[in-house]
Amino acid sequence: MPEPLEPLEEGRSIAATGAGGATDLAMAEAETLEQTPDGPRGTGPDSKPRSLWSDAWHDLRRNPIFIVSGLIILFLVVIAIWPSLIASGDPLDCDLSKAQEGSQPGHPFGFNGQGCDVYTRTVYGARASIQVGVFATLGVTLLGAVLGGLAGFFGGTWDGILSRITDIFFAIPVVLGGLVLLSVVSNNTVWPVIGFMVLLGWPQLSRIARGSVITAKQNDYVQAARALGASNSRMLLRHITPNALAPVIVVATIALGTYIALEATLSFLGVGLKPPTVSWGIDISSASPYIRNAPHMLLWPSGALAITVLAFIMLGDAVRDALDPKLR
Amino acid sequence: MGRYVIRRLLQMIPVFFGATLLIFLMVNVMGDPIAGLCGDRACDPATAARLRQEFGLDKPVWQQYLTYMGNVFTGDFGTAFNGQPVTELMANAFPVTIRLTLVAILFEIVIGISLGVVTGLKRGRPVDTTVLLLTLVVLSVPTFVTGLLVQLLLGVKWGWIDPAVSPAATFDELIVPGLVLASVSLAYVTRLTRTSIAENKRADYVRTAIAKGLPRRRVVSRHLLRNSLIPVVTFIGADVGALMGGAIVTERIFNIHGVGYQLYQGIVRQNTQTVVGFVTILVLIFLLANLLVDLLYAVLDPRIRYA
Repeated sequence: MPEPLEPLEEGRSIAATGAGGATDLAMAEAETLEQTPDGPRGTGPDSKPRSLWSDAWHDLRRNPIFIVSGLIILFLVVIAIWPSLIASGDPLDCDLSKAQEGSQPGHPFGFNGQGCDVYTRTVYGARASIQVGVFATLGVTLLGAVLGGLAGFFGGTWDGILSRITDIFFAIPVVLGGLVLLSVVSNNTVWPVIGFMVLLGWPQLSRIARGSVITAKQNDYVQAARALGASNSRMLLRHITPNALAPVIVVATIALGTYIALEATLSFLGVGLKPPTVSWGIDISSASPYIRNAPHMLLWPSGALAITVLAFIMLGDAVRDALDPKLR
Repeated sequence: MGRYVIRRLLQMIPVFFGATLLIFLMVNVMGDPIAGLCGDRACDPATAARLRQEFGLDKPVWQQYLTYMGNVFTGDFGTAFNGQPVTELMANAFPVTIRLTLVAILFEIVIGISLGVVTGLKRGRPVDTTVLLLTLVVLSVPTFVTGLLVQLLLGVKWGWIDPAVSPAATFDELIVPGLVLASVSLAYVTRLTRTSIAENKRADYVRTAIAKGLPRRRVVSRHLLRNSLIPVVTFIGADVGALMGGAIVTERIFNIHGVGYQLYQGIVRQNTQTVVGFVTILVLIFLLANLLVDLLYAVLDPRIRYA
């Protein structure tokens, strides 16, 4: 069974040059390997050879961390799409006379500084976070994997240029780049924030993809395909991509949580999402001056944010454990 | 060794210019620097044109960049929005942020590595599971939330610390903000050390060291730890730049007048020279820290030689 995954070395080189940024931490973390408690493979009644993917799925289904984080994420996605399922109010319906009031019947989390219902706003805040996390990760992964993968496959001048470009991006602290680029955007949708994350995030994924494609390229079956006269596109699509995908997926999953945290941080600094978009970062930021008198305004959105990021980090951990054949 | 350092320094040049050009372009995209000079009102066209000419803003961007870099290499970083030279702001801000970063890195090294060693050696025991869960919690709470909560509990509720740091920002005032700044990295250092120690624990050289009767303390500190530190040192080195850039959030919460504060002011007031000047220095620090890390490898692992 071909298992050409080498996330360890690549993780190390990323950490060596990774600059400021939440996702760098995820990359560095990608090299830490956890041991699965499962026994040796292929001893059960179903000992017929399985692909890496079905093997990973087999592992994941038994991993309680995967099940818990998966359920939390499923719940978050559902309320991101239909927040009215569990919150009947309107997050923008505010009554100043109730500003900063605590919990009362029908309003379990109390009211915020503008007298809006904190529970409703916390539920509606999931949408912005999930949107930013999912779309930023999709964009970063597609752009990074395509550019990095092609550079790794073809090598040569383009590879050199791309590597220098990634070095340059790594040298710029992410929060700083966000402050500079987003400070003039007055658009209050999630798209400028997503665009910024894709712009500054792709080099990290491209480095991972480049490394794993270079590893996959050296395998005998790829050389055999080349000897048999397979075209570049066939080798890339049929032989290299399926075998180089795993490290990219692992890093992308962990990065998703860090993008959500980054969006909240930028919103806290006043340059991320802008009202009337409902976002945990905005709510935490606007609650922070009143932390002394009305801490509930800060604690509920902070808790929701922490649970969301935690769920994605745990999912990433579980996927890494399942996809890393070194642990078997 | 000398040749290796020179080669690395040469490799830094394109990265340095690329990163500064990138931030220069970003700042220019971000808006009209003249608008910031006239305060909240709009400049009258004649004044704007005169200022534009005075600052060379009527020239193309690449020419502006070259002029700016030329000035930087003669030690002239331009003037900030309040008329102070940017170098003066830097002289006030960098010592504060460097102290804050030092405190944070000290926490990472002392607490992170010790916890990592303990959990790596006691893998699977209750202490390991507890610390691992704690790191997950720390990782998932963004720094600004940790900062606000710590400020609420320690500063406001229990009164252990002053919620805001004085302008002098002495080391003892920076302990708590430094811990907040370090928190996420601290969790990573713990996890990295733990994995690395657990991996190397079964290595042949450790068994040899035990077999020849060395005391356990010496086996762990001299043989196991030294060989396990390479990924950790790599991470901490790269983190120097991240911490100084990420200090924006911590400095804002605890009202520390360091690099992050000045950068934030520069961005809000659209002052190109402040922003680009500070970022240039931050990029330099980042690149030098990475070089230092690569040189440290040879100290940790004698097999690594730099020709």
